[in-house]
Amino acid sequence: MNGKTLSLKPAVNGISFSKHGAAIIFILLMILNGIFTPNFASLGMLRNLLLQVFPIMIVSMGMTIVISSGGIDISVGSIMAVAAAALAKNLGIGIFPAIVIGLSIGVVFGAFNGFLIAKFKIQPMIVTLILMVGGRGIAQQLNNGYVISFYDHPFVELGLYSISGIPIQVFVMLLVIASVFILMYYMVLGKYIQAIGDNLRASELSGIKTFKITIIIYALSAFFASLAAIFETSRICSADPNTLGRFMELDAIAAVAVGGTSMTGGKANVIGTVFGALIIQLITISVNMNNINYYYSLILKAVIIIAAMYLQQFRTKGTK
Amino acid sequence: MSDFLLKMTGVSKEFPGVKALNNVDFYIRKGEVHSLMGENGAGKSTLIKILTGIYTKDSGTIELNGRQMSPQNVLEAQAAGISTIFQELNLIPDLSIAENIFLGREPKDRFGKIQWKKIYVKSTEALKDLGINIDVQLKLKDIGAAIQQMVALVRALDINANLVVMDEPTSSLDDNEVKVLFKVIRNLKERGVSVLFISHRLSEIFEICDRVTILRDGKLVGESLIRDISHGELISKMIGKDSESIVSNKKKAIDFSTKETYLTANGISSGIMLKGIDLSIRKGEIVGLAGLLGSGRTELARVLFGDDQAANGKIEINGKKVSLKHPADAIINGVAFCSEERKAEGIIPNMSVADNITLASFSDITRFGFFSRKKQLQITNKYIKQLSIKTPGANREIKFLSGGNQQKVILARWLALKPDFIILDEPTRGIDVGAKSEIDKLIQSMANEGISILLISSEMEELVKRCDRVAVLYEGEKVGELQGEELSVDAILHTITAGHNRKLQGANK
Ligand SMILES: Nc1ncnc2c1ncn2[C@@H]1O[C@H](COP(=O)(O)OP(=O)(O)OP(=O)(O)O)[C@@H](O)[C@H]1O
Ligand SMILES: [Mg+2]
Repeated sequence: MNGKTLSLKPAVNGISFSKHGAAIIFILLMILNGIFTPNFASLGMLRNLLLQVFPIMIVSMGMTIVISSGGIDISVGSIMAVAAAALAKNLGIGIFPAIVIGLSIGVVFGAFNGFLIAKFKIQPMIVTLILMVGGRGIAQQLNNGYVISFYDHPFVELGLYSISGIPIQVFVMLLVIASVFILMYYMVLGKYIQAIGDNLRASELSGIKTFKITIIIYALSAFFASLAAIFETSRICSADPNTLGRFMELDAIAAVAVGGTSMTGGKANVIGTVFGALIIQLITISVNMNNINYYYSLILKAVIIIAAMYLQQFRTKGTK
Repeated sequence: MSDFLLKMTGVSKEFPGVKALNNVDFYIRKGEVHSLMGENGAGKSTLIKILTGIYTKDSGTIELNGRQMSPQNVLEAQAAGISTIFQELNLIPDLSIAENIFLGREPKDRFGKIQWKKIYVKSTEALKDLGINIDVQLKLKDIGAAIQQMVALVRALDINANLVVMDEPTSSLDDNEVKVLFKVIRNLKERGVSVLFISHRLSEIFEICDRVTILRDGKLVGESLIRDISHGELISKMIGKDSESIVSNKKKAIDFSTKETYLTANGISSGIMLKGIDLSIRKGEIVGLAGLLGSGRTELARVLFGDDQAANGKIEINGKKVSLKHPADAIINGVAFCSEERKAEGIIPNMSVADNITLASFSDITRFGFFSRKKQLQITNKYIKQLSIKTPGANREIKFLSGGNQQKVILARWLALKPDFIILDEPTRGIDVGAKSEIDKLIQSMANEGISILLISSEMEELVKRCDRVAVLYEGEKVGELQGEELSVDAILHTITAGHNRKLQGANK
């Protein structure tokens, strides 16, 4: 053999499936759709995909940080609802202050998650469950249970704004992806986050302030969720505390898992998550466009996640 | 010949960037204790992992009792009669001792219910056979490393084995426990069981082994009866050149009374483990902590490093009182602590060698939150060279390094911090003879530069050899300090016994 056989096992040099699997699956899905889905191969389609993937993409960037630290955040959907409600309620005092309020409230909620996890050493799943449930209640309370709509408010222009035909969401996405990429691979904080996810005790003994960093991690996740919420609110011209961000945690976690970040913490695969998010959204779109029942999209997502997990095994097991 | 139990022939194994084994032949006779020797990264653990089905070999054959085999996993190897204690113990911290021993093969009654009583009784008995009396319902994480080792041993022994493989079982044991282990090994030998025993301590090899096979850089160098080979020959075969006679003299006495005091600790107490310990260390002084397991050595280290929050007492550094609430506080004050628990408290397994080395000292190479990759590599390469860390490169994840090389990386992490005071808890655990004397020299040269060192070791000879002064602990109290002429292994033992007797008298009054 010529020594360059394609293998499913991780290779140190060259393409490894566990590292680039999401990109490969995404390309395959695009090709399949191009062949089978009517009207798929068009610019409008691409624009749609990028617009619709926006919230998943932003939220799963935060989720990548959380999961690589060995945690999980299932409160992101509810935090989106809270941030949106806080924003909508305060639009009267101006767009900019309202955005700041929305983001701040989200971050405070996230910091609260981090604080509980670090202080009482409770499982992140349990802690964020509290806000997942409670957060929706708070959001509804803020809105007095109503959907706040603002079709004629200038705030709606934010979500519809585009620069030479490219929606603003695309730029925000690129900015967020680049920031998280730089954070995780070029900054000390990113190293600390991944070290904590890999071996908390050893990190602590190396002088890393795990308490502070845990708070930062969950605050960051909440920040990204709130950011996504602001653009979504603006795009759909309303803040619905009931539906905004619902099941977002599932899509985001799936995106991270498919992207190849280790679910037990340790190594973040930021670019993998980008493709993971695209895959999740692409599934939804292809199912819609082919008039397949919504429930099949859920099953399809589940299958893709299982496949991703299976491929991950090769990595966690090491070279065998 | 039929008196061979195991014949591994022409075994090769390659990892990306490393040829770990290159056409190695390895034979073990029935009922012998056989040692596999070689430097860190020579391929010892890899050979064992192939034998026990953890790795698949690239080529070669394995014959056990004349029958070809190629086990696919540890269970298959066990079924074939090979029991193994690995270098990194695979026990579960949150389960009890007994559960760990019987994990996966719990005795059940005819309704499928687990017979807990039987498990507890059998575990207790099995440990008692090794001379250990302990409540088997204790969680594994609540017992010391040594007893964990014994649990792993009992777990492996419980099966009808004809070959027991032990990869560095003594590295976490003290002298007494080594004796217990050796008794077990002799017992196995009498029953006709062969033992493959790996250790970097030459004295142990010469005491317990019948035969030795030597590997160097993945290749077979030779094989010999232990009685036909000398220490010197063995070492030079391992490292591939004539060994300088490794001096094991006592350190020359230095007068420290004129040197400045670096650290003073007064009345350090914590729970039941530490009861009012006083200790002071001068600049450039190497102070040893001696004592049996459970005497409070590691606990004292943890207090001095700010890792134990429950502690009482006063700590002064350079004459100023400090409050150490977190390791970070200690690090800011120039204190480093290299833990004895490499796997649990040392390595960040999925991170690179470079990240592992600079983990505690990132702030030195960081500006505005960004670290300098160039400086990181400079530091890493410096230590790779200085400690001869065997790795394909600075970017290789540390989990792929051999045990001894991982230890060197962790040591480098604390050296890179450029501390004023370094606490070394069993720093040379798992490190080969050659590298050990290099590290000895390094520790000494650090001391010469004025760095204070607190050295914890369960090998008393090591303490006598390296330290200027040794503080002896017994059950959480300091029962004596020895230095200069009076410092010797016998004196340490004597001090421990005296402490023990005093306690007894105190209890009788
Ligand atoms: N899973 C792995 N992936 C890549 N390289 C590996 C792996 N396991 C071992 N190696 C490499 O193979 C070589 C031999 O390692 P091995 O663990 O067998 O050494 P050893 O003789 O047991 O050393 P030590 O005395 O330090 O325990 C080393 O260079 C190591 O880095
Ligand atoms: Mg080894």
